[in-house]
Amino acid sequence: MSGHSTYQPQNAFMKWLEARLPIAGLVHSSFIAYPTPRNLNYWWTFGGILSFMLAAQIVTGIVLVMHYTPHETMAFNSVEHIMRDVNYGWLLRYLHSNGASMFFIAVYIHMFRGMYYGSYKAPREVLWILGVIIYLLMMATGFLGYTLPWGQMSFWGATVITNFFSAIPLVGETITTWLWGGYAVGNPTLQRFFSLHYLLPFVIAGVVVLHVWALHVVGQNNPAGIEPKGDKDTVPFTPYATIKDGFAMVCFILFFAYFVFYIPNYLGHADNYIPANPAVTPAHIVPEWYYLPFYAILRAIPNKLLGVIALFASIGILVFLPWLDSSKVRSARYRPLFRQFFWIFVAVCLGLGYLGAKPAEGGYVIASQILTFYYFAHFLIILPLLSRFEKTKPLPNSISESVLKQGVPIGASAPAPTRH
Amino acid sequence: MTMHRSLLALALILGLSAPALAAGETPQPPKQKWSFWGPVGKYDRGQLQRGFKVYREVCQACHSLSLVAFRNLAEPGGPGFTQAQAAAIAAEYKIQDGPNDQGEMFERDGRLADRFPKPFPNDNAARAANGGALPPDLSVIAKARTYERGGLWFLLDIFTQYVEQGPDYLVALLTGYEDAPQGFNLPSGTHYNKYFPGHAIGMPNPLSDGQVTYDDGSPQTVQQYAKDVTGFLMWAAEPHLEARKRLGMQVMIFLIVFAGLMYFTKKKVWAAVH
Repeated sequence: MSGHSTYQPQNAFMKWLEARLPIAGLVHSSFIAYPTPRNLNYWWTFGGILSFMLAAQIVTGIVLVMHYTPHETMAFNSVEHIMRDVNYGWLLRYLHSNGASMFFIAVYIHMFRGMYYGSYKAPREVLWILGVIIYLLMMATGFLGYTLPWGQMSFWGATVITNFFSAIPLVGETITTWLWGGYAVGNPTLQRFFSLHYLLPFVIAGVVVLHVWALHVVGQNNPAGIEPKGDKDTVPFTPYATIKDGFAMVCFILFFAYFVFYIPNYLGHADNYIPANPAVTPAHIVPEWYYLPFYAILRAIPNKLLGVIALFASIGILVFLPWLDSSKVRSARYRPLFRQFFWIFVAVCLGLGYLGAKPAEGGYVIASQILTFYYFAHFLIILPLLSRFEKTKPLPNSISESVLKQGVPIGASAPAPTRH
Repeated sequence: MTMHRSLLALALILGLSAPALAAGETPQPPKQKWSFWGPVGKYDRGQLQRGFKVYREVCQACHSLSLVAFRNLAEPGGPGFTQAQAAAIAAEYKIQDGPNDQGEMFERDGRLADRFPKPFPNDNAARAANGGALPPDLSVIAKARTYERGGLWFLLDIFTQYVEQGPDYLVALLTGYEDAPQGFNLPSGTHYNKYFPGHAIGMPNPLSDGQVTYDDGSPQTVQQYAKDVTGFLMWAAEPHLEARKRLGMQVMIFLIVFAGLMYFTKKKVWAAVH
């Protein structure tokens, strides 16, 4: 999508089309001739995997909608109708519900990869921010979708999350009533959530186009974190990246299929097989696993409004990451201290996820508070200090030099990013 | 610091703190051996048929099974009744139908296409007949119940494919009735159950030894009844489990071969770069 195309139309029709709509040239320059750094490792295959997951979710979702009924008295049973009576309905539904989790697993790996190798640094700030917007849209879509089976967790999850807005001073109650379409979560809520759940994936697809566009303007970052300096440092997207992405994608689908076929309800919650009942509150209201770190942050803070602000701030802070970390060196490979703090940060996120699933009482709350403090400290204290005081290792002169120094032939098993 | 080391450190921190906090007063249900466990798991036809008998003679008086149709009883991967047997079972039930040409509701014999009729006309009638407690529908109960594993066991469950927490809990519940311990304040109209959260359950002990006659020589004990009816309820909740695991095996084999081919192709393509 950048630069001028080297595409040469081969036949008369393609020449005719190219002169009027250079779409083949666009595809050629974006997915065939596009130069990719030759040292990309397998952590770079998750962009392709995410595109696949978005497409898979849209396709399975469209077919599910053909059999689903968004009504408070019928939604639960229509999902069971899909599971029991629709041909391969169980497969569609398990693909879609587990697909959401796989989407988030892939996006978390993709985001942590970006953090580890400093992919958010100039000139990729807009690329990174577009990614944060996609992530926010994914969270909204996932939450809306979890409401649709209208089980106990659907209903009470929707109640808890929409109640966040009631923490806003003065207009909070009015906003929640407006969101619900009534004075409690009910049929109007379900119907609008369904409508928005169908809409947002296409919004995501739109922002993904911008994300890929921005990527193709600035080019990919790479494990060395230095810009390619010519043809020696890059390989064409096809066949090199396509085959590598393809292999990684098949491996990821294998992982996905394991969950779908053998443990399809593992990532869900048993309570969501109980039809929604406004009169009975579940013992523990727990969101889907991919929200748990943020749920822990919300509950770590005793004040509701401040908790909600902390929750949104914990995601919003990602937008400012390119400026909070001003180190000139991108890759953690050449930042020994940052590398350690990065892994501590990953552990803190996992720890927050664990605590988010636990009841908000006793030691769990204290642990959540400590980890919440650390989460924000990582961005607001550690990264700014590191960028000023860290003594970084010397950077290689070029990507090809860094590849040769590693002594691992390109294309043999890619080295794990931390192993040296 | 490697990823392994940080994960291990995290595991240690969580593993040490979690059991102490998570250990409640409710014991963990014992693990049962289930024929439907694992990558090649299948339902035990005999167990499903016996369990169905227990459901019909014991549970059905109060609990509906409203998502299951009589035709399901004869479908592949289920209890293995023939179409004729399933039709005969259906015919034993009265189904309310209508309105007819005169505008009247009427009762007729059940057909294969019907779903199991509910024992009570509505939830309020069910509550009134059961001391205020609503007996839940059992169609997906085996997936709607679970218990807290505690610690980090849930990570191991991915690899051992232990996802039968629901069935294990149901067996424990059905065999967990006992006298309330000294000093336990049991609300009137409730019964003490070791495995029920809070211990005071509305349902009286439903099973006793010898209550249901088995004609295949299986032991006629509470333990056996509990296990059989739970197996049946697992099938009711997940009627396509066998088809899922069969297709799963085919998909896994295909994907492993495909991944192998992709790997070697990738190696060949990249060999040209250096």
